[in-house]
Amino acid sequence: MGTEMTGADIVVQALTDLGVEVVFGYPGGAVLPIYDALFKQSRIRHILVRHEQAAVHAAEGYARASGKVGVVLVTSGPGATNAVTGITDALMDSIPLVVLTGQVPTHLIGTDAFQECDTVGITRHCSKHNYLVKETAKLGPVLHEAFYIARSGRPGPVVIDIPKDVQIMRAGYAKPGVISHKTYKPQVKGDLTAIEAAVEMLAAAERPILYTGGGVINSGPVASQLLRELAKACGAPVTSTLMGLGSLPDDHPQFLGMLGMHGSYEANMAMNKCDLMVCLGARFDDRVTGRLDAFSPNSRKIHVDIDRSSFNKTVRVDLAIQGDVGSVMEDMLKVWRARGHRAADQKPWWEQIKGWRARNSFGFEQKGEALLPQKAIQRLYEMTRAKKPIISTEVGQHQMWAAQHFGFHEPNKWLTSGGLGTMGYGLPAAIGAQLAFPGALVIDIAGEASIQMNIQELGTATQYRLPVKIFIINNEYMGMVRQWQELNHGGRYSESYSDSLPDFVKLAEAYGWKGITIDGPDDLDAGIQAMIDHPGPVVVDCRVAKLANCFPMIPSGAAHTDMILSAADERGEADDDAKALV
Amino acid sequence: MKHLPSERHTLSILVDNEAGVLARIVGLFSARGYNIESLTVADVSDDHAVSRITVVTNGPPPVIDQIMAQLDRLVPVHKVVDLTDWGPHVEREMALVKVAGTGDKRVEALRLADIFRARPVDTSTASFVFEVSGSSEKVNQFITLMREVGLVEVARTGVVAIARGAEAV
Repeated sequence: MGTEMTGADIVVQALTDLGVEVVFGYPGGAVLPIYDALFKQSRIRHILVRHEQAAVHAAEGYARASGKVGVVLVTSGPGATNAVTGITDALMDSIPLVVLTGQVPTHLIGTDAFQECDTVGITRHCSKHNYLVKETAKLGPVLHEAFYIARSGRPGPVVIDIPKDVQIMRAGYAKPGVISHKTYKPQVKGDLTAIEAAVEMLAAAERPILYTGGGVINSGPVASQLLRELAKACGAPVTSTLMGLGSLPDDHPQFLGMLGMHGSYEANMAMNKCDLMVCLGARFDDRVTGRLDAFSPNSRKIHVDIDRSSFNKTVRVDLAIQGDVGSVMEDMLKVWRARGHRAADQKPWWEQIKGWRARNSFGFEQKGEALLPQKAIQRLYEMTRAKKPIISTEVGQHQMWAAQHFGFHEPNKWLTSGGLGTMGYGLPAAIGAQLAFPGALVIDIAGEASIQMNIQELGTATQYRLPVKIFIINNEYMGMVRQWQELNHGGRYSESYSDSLPDFVKLAEAYGWKGITIDGPDDLDAGIQAMIDHPGPVVVDCRVAKLANCFPMIPSGAAHTDMILSAADERGEADDDAKALV
Repeated sequence: MKHLPSERHTLSILVDNEAGVLARIVGLFSARGYNIESLTVADVSDDHAVSRITVVTNGPPPVIDQIMAQLDRLVPVHKVVDLTDWGPHVEREMALVKVAGTGDKRVEALRLADIFRARPVDTSTASFVFEVSGSSEKVNQFITLMREVGLVEVARTGVVAIARGAEAV
């Protein structure tokens, strides 16, 4: 039965055995025994955040950048409920996390005790799986199983709720061998017959496109390598979702850029006009498809996904292959090579794509004096590119501009909240990534509104001497809200102005950070350089044109072919059907 | 996809017999907007480790596929079987039906019960409780007839179902 120890010691021992190096958390009454056990050891580093939501986002950033499981430790009640946004975010973006929550002692559960909440009830539908551990003896096996579930299959957050008495009581603990689960058996290998069929379809296609997503990143760096090989073999253009950026280098000749609502014209047009779509680890999200009945009407569709429930959820596909996208691409390449395939003649297809590319849909035009946000991000990219930075973002216009104008060349360098769209994600995610890669240049591209949602984490970076950079695209508006109000609600800017902003430089200084203001185009390069040169954490308040909109854009409820390319195509008021869409 | 005609499907779901599993299943249906016509659950294994949930749902075929896939990926779910797709299967439901009345109505209630092979399981001088089982249709019909002879209240189990033949799902 192994060594006898307290539940709290079992938690720490199991985490150590699982190779955990960093835990993000915040102490409280119901987790004091675990914090006591952490105090007595030196193998696991605890990072004290300032708010539990940030602990989860930091763990997400750590997980996304490193490929490891992120670990969170919070107390019962408010500790757990504050973590819910982060847990949901990780579920939507398939980020592997294990979240340990303290709970009131078992005899008090259900009595509305102080700081009690029904954590397993609340997190049941926003976690991949969760546990309430009522016996100390089960703690070890549950922890090991939770890590297995979090990182295997389609990754996601697993919550373990641990009552305080379970942390105090003693039981045996032994490190288990290989974990297998009686009901949970993720399928890694794809069906070979289906893979062969997919290869034949791909070889015969005249207008193929590879539509890649976050699954390629989740599958590990090898999957990104395999994608490059597959793209080379079949010669097809490649587009990526927001979550998949970096799997193919931004400057790869076959890369069409991001697709979807704020994706490139060529990517969306190619999706619409292709005769074969190969979806690799993406999920036909509404931000990608636009109007469903007009989505890629004349293509056959192959969908590779590790999660069976992703198939045919919104878009009917002709061939579904369940399996890890890396493993499936590997098998596809083997079959492709074994059969001596050469790509079909795609010359007319690439000519067409060249025409769409010529529209230069991510282009922007400098008018007037004000610094354009697109320009700011473009320069940030050009000036930091050599350092292979890790970029996180908040949510809104700046996030889309970053996706459009910052080039990603490797996987795991781009951390953003795609599915849930959580403002306040970027700073804690950057902190998590910086902990995974202490020597890396980590930049949170933020908006002045989003950054205030977890601004308290400036203190966390200070405490652990993390040289995180925050680059605030400050247009004094919740820009994406304002943009939608301009496009759909007659320009009535209801509550979208960022009034009473703090002096970000002084705020930075108050936390021991360096603060830099960029007040116009003339300050831009010097400001970015000063940010790069400063060895510690920096907040850059980059003041940009206030009313710039993020284009191109597929308006809600529109088809890929109905993109708005510039402000000249704007409409002032949407009809009610369009207004009802998000 | 949601404009296709709706179909009624009976699903058997084998799950870990643990706290919270039923909530997970039911919550999935409500969170994703799927229908539940009826739901039954009971422990069915020797060691009390596995429960069998029978859900009758309805929706267009792609939605039924989604329901199956969503159920299947829940960690404590051992197996999901769509009995409607599987083939021949038996569906049964049991109801307890309380009827009150005297004189002719009371005699008529007994006579109808006899035709439906419903058994009185409780009786007083002014009432009966009948136990009736069979397909949902038969139970519905019995209840409809009982309205005319003094129906007071009904308790129903919901559908349980099992595939015909020698094999287990």
